[in-house]
Amino acid sequence: MAEFEFFNRPKIDRRRALQLAGATALASVAPLGAARAAARPIKIGLVTPTTGPLAPMGEADEFILKGVREAFKNGLATPAGTFPIEILVKDSQSNPNRAAEVAGELILQDGIDLMVVGATPENSNPVCDQCELNGVPCISTTTPWQPWFFGRGGDPAKGFQWTYHYFWGIEDILEVFTSIWKQVDTNKKVGLFLANDGDGNAWGDPKLGLPPLLTKMGFTVFDPGRFQPLSQDFSAQIAAYKKEGVEILCGVPIPPDFINFWKQARQQGFHPKVVTMGKAYSFPSVMDAMGDIGVGLSQELWWTPANPFKSSLTGITSPQLADGYEAATKRQWNGAIGFVHSMFEVAADVIKRAKNPTDKASLRDAIIATNLNTIVGHVDWSKGPMKNVCKTPLVGGQWVKGKKWPFDLIVVANTEAPEIPMAAKPIAIPY
Amino acid sequence: MLEWLDAVIQGVLLGGLYALFAIGLSITYGVMRVVNIGHGDFLVLAAYLALWPVMQFHLHPFLAIVPVAALMFVFGYFLQRVLLNRTIGPNPLAPLLATFGLAIILRNGLQQIFHSDSRSFQIGQLGTDSIPVGGGIAIGVFPSIVFAVAIALTVLVSLLFTKTSIGVALRATSDDAETAGLMGIRARHTYGIALAISFALIAVGGVFAGVRTTFTPESGPSALLFAFEAVVIGGMGSLWGTFMGAVILGVAQTVGAKIAIGIGILAGHLVFLAVLFFKPTGLFARTL
Repeated sequence: MAEFEFFNRPKIDRRRALQLAGATALASVAPLGAARAAARPIKIGLVTPTTGPLAPMGEADEFILKGVREAFKNGLATPAGTFPIEILVKDSQSNPNRAAEVAGELILQDGIDLMVVGATPENSNPVCDQCELNGVPCISTTTPWQPWFFGRGGDPAKGFQWTYHYFWGIEDILEVFTSIWKQVDTNKKVGLFLANDGDGNAWGDPKLGLPPLLTKMGFTVFDPGRFQPLSQDFSAQIAAYKKEGVEILCGVPIPPDFINFWKQARQQGFHPKVVTMGKAYSFPSVMDAMGDIGVGLSQELWWTPANPFKSSLTGITSPQLADGYEAATKRQWNGAIGFVHSMFEVAADVIKRAKNPTDKASLRDAIIATNLNTIVGHVDWSKGPMKNVCKTPLVGGQWVKGKKWPFDLIVVANTEAPEIPMAAKPIAIPY
Repeated sequence: MLEWLDAVIQGVLLGGLYALFAIGLSITYGVMRVVNIGHGDFLVLAAYLALWPVMQFHLHPFLAIVPVAALMFVFGYFLQRVLLNRTIGPNPLAPLLATFGLAIILRNGLQQIFHSDSRSFQIGQLGTDSIPVGGGIAIGVFPSIVFAVAIALTVLVSLLFTKTSIGVALRATSDDAETAGLMGIRARHTYGIALAISFALIAVGGVFAGVRTTFTPESGPSALLFAFEAVVIGGMGSLWGTFMGAVILGVAQTVGAKIAIGIGILAGHLVFLAVLFFKPTGLFARTL
């Protein structure tokens, strides 16, 4: 460690010195800078999984970026003058180490002023860590807030200095899932279908996970144990669920495991009335791969064209964004699109309000003061539930036979966000 | 008791799928003494090749196997002749590295072309139908088809190796390539044929795997792992040994999962390690 200190100290000192020098220089030219349009572009960095297993999360990037760059083409007016905006995108290849590496490149080589990031803890956490370490303001999303906050070793008393997050949390999943289950007539026996991975262990934790909360809400929980991801056979679980009389199934498996399981469950005559899963079939391509046996499956729904929100940046509504995406890519909308767009809404709003957008602390202060209606809902860090964390509305969705696409994801539970209208009551899975 | 019987039955059926993964690997190892690290990724490639006629012409996935197997046969032959033959020599590392490199190119190439979407073949009702055999045990129709095809292909390939002149050439080259060369058997051609047969077989495995669950460009390595374990358990260079190895692996996984859900795949690995430890030549080893 001694060596580390030796190399690091002078660097930090030098940076501090430069910052000081910069600040003084800026102070002296500030009136001038405000009078004429500032020339230096404000750089926004985005680290996203363009390739690799997380790629579906980054699928909408290209489409969203096109619209956002169009909106930024005349720069953004700020209290310190109008600044051109530059967006720099780097591929994390779905690899946390690579995500940290490219985040470091964006910060140290490209000199970004502000980072935006999302697409699961594997992508957002390492990037946020880099920003925290290097003192770069960072806006993150599409990661439930507990793995984002506690996964990065956050201290609820202190919070973080540079990184701010908006999404929903495990408690919202619980509320949404149970609000779907309560609308269907069942014996309230919940079977857990959880893999031995980060999500599975977090959800199934007998103390901190779902089981104690579900028991408190009057459900009987049956947990057959954690299976290895990419298992080829699920007959043991299926037999156990059948024996226990499970009518509700809940879990967070990866798509190949769920599809394999679901086909075998059909073969073995296991017919639960409700199946509600996170992650397994959040993207329409998985439903297309599954075919008709996917009808009736339910899930949490982060962003939907059915919501009444619109973009603070371009003014387009949720259905317009979905239609635009479908027209441009010939692919069905998914829950990530709205969130990718919203990251740039928040970034633009922050830059517009910053006293001096070329100063990172000034940008950070603007983030803290955010009070913005975005296409995913209201973003405001003053209300919690935790320091640096803000929650956006979450509803429950169910896959039904579609009109334009083979399957549609409709809203069937909205107890947490009544402003998003329900399309129908959830139905028991048809067999 | 019946539950355990159920676990064994499901395991045997699962073994049929593993056998389809493994027979091709067994042949290339038996004839060339080379492990094809890209085996699983070529299996995924075959599945993607089948995807095209299935999506475009709504061909039944089972029918798509035929042209894809033929295509993979030709591809395998030329891949061996043009590239892999150059790596065969005293250094066993060269073909390993070559196939490893091919696997990486293939994985990222497929990602570029097909994105990372989960793909699957749909066979409708057939995919979820089953035959109840009493006592709460149901035998899936599709797993039974896979198992029957695995047996049929093992029989066919065995016959090919024992009854045809190309089979004799393959076995002779496997025993001693130099002496076989003196008898006028060209090792380079024979190796090409071996990889060609291997590739045609994984076309079958790839499509069936895609019917059973989903595949993405990243699906290859797990298929390679199970194929490799089946070959080692059964014994290098024995086709029926490989088949039995696959069935043992399948049963180990389902019975392991029956004991405790979490140890399903682990139980398979343990059987594999136990065989390596107590009988490193495999349970049914003999030369091909």
